Amino acid sequence: MADRTTLGFIVAAVALAAAGPFLPKWLAYLIAVSAALALVVSGVVVLMRAGLVSFGQGLYFCLGGYAIGIGGRYLGLTDAIGLLGLGVVVSVAVAAVLGLLLARYREIFFAMFTMAFSMILYGLISKSQALGSTDGFNIAPATLAGVRPAAEAAQLWIYWLCVALAAACGAVLNLYLRSGLGYGGDAVRGNEIRVEYLGVSAHRLVYVKYLIAAALGSLGGGLTALISGHVGPDMAYWTTSGEFVFVALLGGTSNIAAAYLAAFLFELIKTYAFEYAPYTWQMALGIVLLVIILFLPSGLWSLAARRRA
Amino acid sequence: MTPVLETRGLSKSFGAVTAAADLNVRIADGEVVGVIGANGAGKTTFINMVTGYLRPSAGEIRLHGDDITGLPPRRVVRRGVRRSFQVSQLFGELTALENMLIAVSMLGNEGLTWLKPLATERFVREATGQLERFAIAEHVHAAVATLPQGVRKLLDIAMSTVGAAKLLLLDEPTSGVAVDEKLGLMNTVMGAVRAHGAACLFVEHDMEVVERYAPRVIAFYDGRILADGPAAAVLADAEVRKHVIGAELHRRGLRERC
Repeated sequence: MADRTTLGFIVAAVALAAAGPFLPKWLAYLIAVSAALALVVSGVVVLMRAGLVSFGQGLYFCLGGYAIGIGGRYLGLTDAIGLLGLGVVVSVAVAAVLGLLLARYREIFFAMFTMAFSMILYGLISKSQALGSTDGFNIAPATLAGVRPAAEAAQLWIYWLCVALAAACGAVLNLYLRSGLGYGGDAVRGNEIRVEYLGVSAHRLVYVKYLIAAALGSLGGGLTALISGHVGPDMAYWTTSGEFVFVALLGGTSNIAAAYLAAFLFELIKTYAFEYAPYTWQMALGIVLLVIILFLPSGLWSLAARRRA
Repeated sequence: MTPVLETRGLSKSFGAVTAAADLNVRIADGEVVGVIGANGAGKTTFINMVTGYLRPSAGEIRLHGDDITGLPPRRVVRRGVRRSFQVSQLFGELTALENMLIAVSMLGNEGLTWLKPLATERFVREATGQLERFAIAEHVHAAVATLPQGVRKLLDIAMSTVGAAKLLLLDEPTSGVAVDEKLGLMNTVMGAVRAHGAACLFVEHDMEVVERYAPRVIAFYDGRILADGPAAAVLADAEVRKHVIGAELHRRGLRERC
């Protein structure tokens, strides 16, 4: 089954990449945005597997986005891969410090602390004139392998980048969740006392997972910034983090691929709900979540699991 | 010879309550010791202190002569002290095999893998072997939350005794198990323990079980050690009969009346 999911990611990536040039623009955009979102959500899923709900992944989503913006605007960096890498390095460094505290907390306390840290970043950026305050700013066009593609071509490049990164991370995460460390998350969720008595530090397991989630959040934020060409402090606002949790619940945590399907579905619902009900689209999302919790408490993926069983 | 476990003056108080006072225990390599005592006598407090779950208020704990006082449970476990729990501590949503695989991988010395699957051929072999030793291999794919109490207790003990252990501390291995299953369960556990070769200290309320499996018995009463010696002598001791076994008979009487 592990191979089927990994294979699925590879096949999907190849198919989506090949189809890229022929897709209608709105669909390519939707797929790229979903891929970026899925990366962040898969970080949330990694934490959820350890029994932890982060309401603050917006922190790393925002850091990843602003790394792209600041790198291009103030540091003269334009290479998309380099900028994404910068975001990941900054995010993991921040997570390495915050994680020391957070790894000691569970349940609502973990959730509230993560939210608090992301809101601190929101506050800092909102107060900073140089970073465009609450409006944010447009990012400089990125280059790929030293080439600055024209606007049309750039969109396709970014689409490919999103698909490739999302699929690669998905495939690796799928392996990770079935590995010794991956099961360590299930173990922490199940019984921390037992983990301790198996000679392993539950804190350390949570810490590692928090770093992974931070890296994924940053990648998703960076890609989102590249797609939209704009960053703003809203990326760190708690409702953004709430959306990530929403999508994670929508898909379920039993298989990492669920995060990807849920992210696409979420963007689709959001787009159509926004189009047909511009003032009440959140209500549509709320109803969807309600239905999921009532009828599929383990997320959409439980449909697939049920069919197989 | 240096005993595998030696505690000197081990004490624990919670405010004005003394849970354990001046516990001096020596256990030799491979020795099997039964621990008896009424509820609140300090048996679990003793195990909690030895495994680092509780920090003693005074006294020291030596493992083969090395001071391990104050080490956290994971370090004590790494040094070869293992415990099982009065209420089995398992990963409820996972299967028995997954529980055992996690135990095998975590107690192993190679560290946890990042990408290599947990269920490698070697680990699965090791895990099923351990399940077989405890006669619960038939439940390998069942989610442990759905298993009967006796099987859960066995799994709990089986997970504790993976790999190289020097000392096993079994906290009431037969609690919560039906009376007619107790001896069968203890037979399985003690068979596996003897095959393992580690020293074993088990807490037990049923005197019949104690007599059958423990050559030596330590009786706890009110946080202190009331008697320590050959099982027959301790169980015949007047003080023990008054404070421990009497209480047990009373307890059993209550249960039978219920």
